[in-house]
Amino acid sequence: MKRIGRLKVKKIRQNVYHYVLLIFFFLIFISPIVLMILSSFKEDEIQIIKDMSSIQAFLPNGPMGFENYVNVFQRMNFFKFFTNSVIITVSTIVVGICFNSMFAYALAKLEFKAKHILLPAMIALIIVPGETLSIPLLLLVNKMGLIDTYAVQIIPFVAEPFFIFLFYQFFKELPKEIMEAAIIDGSSYFGIYRRIILPLSKPVFASVIIFNALGRWGDIMWPVLVTRGEDVRPLPLAMQALFTINRNNWGDIFAFATMATLPILLLFLLFQKQFIRSIASTGVKG
Amino acid sequence: MRTKTNKYLRQEMTAWFMSAPALIILLLFMIVPLLMSVYFSFTNRMLIMPPHLSTKFLGLENYRRILEQNDFFIALMNTLKFALVVVPVQTTLALLLALLINSKLRFIYFFRTVFFSPVVITMVVVSIIWSLLLAPGPEGFINSFLSHITFGAFEPKAWLFDKHSSLYAIMMFSIWQGVGFQMIIFLAGLQYISKDLYEASGLDGASKIQQFFYVTLPQLRNTSVFIMITTTIFAFKLFTQVLVLTNGGPQDSTLTLVYLLYSEGFTKMKIGYSSAIGVLFFLIVLLISIVQMKLTKVNREG
Repeated sequence: MKRIGRLKVKKIRQNVYHYVLLIFFFLIFISPIVLMILSSFKEDEIQIIKDMSSIQAFLPNGPMGFENYVNVFQRMNFFKFFTNSVIITVSTIVVGICFNSMFAYALAKLEFKAKHILLPAMIALIIVPGETLSIPLLLLVNKMGLIDTYAVQIIPFVAEPFFIFLFYQFFKELPKEIMEAAIIDGSSYFGIYRRIILPLSKPVFASVIIFNALGRWGDIMWPVLVTRGEDVRPLPLAMQALFTINRNNWGDIFAFATMATLPILLLFLLFQKQFIRSIASTGVKG
Repeated sequence: MRTKTNKYLRQEMTAWFMSAPALIILLLFMIVPLLMSVYFSFTNRMLIMPPHLSTKFLGLENYRRILEQNDFFIALMNTLKFALVVVPVQTTLALLLALLINSKLRFIYFFRTVFFSPVVITMVVVSIIWSLLLAPGPEGFINSFLSHITFGAFEPKAWLFDKHSSLYAIMMFSIWQGVGFQMIIFLAGLQYISKDLYEASGLDGASKIQQFFYVTLPQLRNTSVFIMITTTIFAFKLFTQVLVLTNGGPQDSTLTLVYLLYSEGFTKMKIGYSSAIGVLFFLIVLLISIVQMKLTKVNREG
């Protein structure tokens, strides 16, 4: 009896240490986010700077309200930048998952002669960093007259060796028998992809969509190179422009940042189970 | 016999039809620029050629200039420094966090969600938030905090504006943003380890710490390798933080390879020179990938 009691005390003490560590890291990860959101409601710009020397930075202090948000909407076309980012990200993902998964299906499940060259070539391309290609690519799209368009921010990204590889790995594992049965039933090879492979492959689609969305939504290098005016400018670039021009207008900057961040953060919170599961699944293999 | 040939032909046709869209895009937007990059690296090509000049073949001139000028060496050193600090620190921290959240304690999902959330925040936003936290002088939060917990012993730093600390400041918040991602992959790895191994070693009298070193770590080898490779490649692409906050300064202390490639190619419009940097950058990344793969192969056999 006494022994069990001692074990219990030990267990409780361990749990307390565990929670202390968890809370320590919790504060580190949450504070900057709290700072961004709270500061966006602080109407006095000087207040924000003054609060930075103390814990007040992470607490409501001084006049709070929506003035910064009103400013952002009045002084610049936030909605335009937001729509641009949505258009670019969604189009890239939608077209991208079709192109990448179809190619991966051909490589993983169909017999054709060129496969033995295409597969290793595609895997080799995974290593090529997009950054190496960006300057010659700029020259190329410039020649094509694509500068300052949505297309130039979408088309080059709808085929991505890494995503093709993720699809390929997943499709490869699906049993061959389901295909043979479908062929006997008179299904076409494309029909098998659409009606059998796709419904079975939701996890890998989720992974690719998430990776692609994070990458596209946050990219700044390519938009810097290929956009000139504000018409097709995406959020990160608009954000950087605001930050460079109004360096001390922290209220507005944080209102902008909060609006750029919250949609993605909310999407993540809604789908976090699937989100985390699919990210986890890419790492375990191998 | 005829139906068999037919079936094969049909398969071949479908394969080409389904590969074509991705193949065309890869060819046009990866292979062609890759070849252009190699070709331009031997020329004096500019983004906009002045009317009296034409593209000339220079041989290895660009490469010779890269080796002669300091910029490339400085950028390479900064990039290496960034990777050499970020990769081990971020990997270790990610493992620690994964161990912390791999439990059945109450609210553990809540903590997991919060630890991961910086990953979904765009790097531009992250850089901007941290530039305020890292503000110079005693008013900056980080300075004020460090000075409080050391009872005033800490001298306020200029962080991003000081050539000795700027790169480290960027490392700090880059890790803050990225570590949740690796944490999740480690967590998956941890949950993949069979419970039997812990039970068996527990019966043999192994302590928690022994179990960590003799069961957990060896079982996580593949996961760790995956994480190290991806983090290294990410670290080598350091760019956004530099573009938003420091533009390579102060005094080139945050000049990275990708930033150099960007500023030479885009700001100064020297496509030839920038392409040569790109080719070298590619070769470095390739070398690292090969070395890492070789090392892991040796480990696996051993």
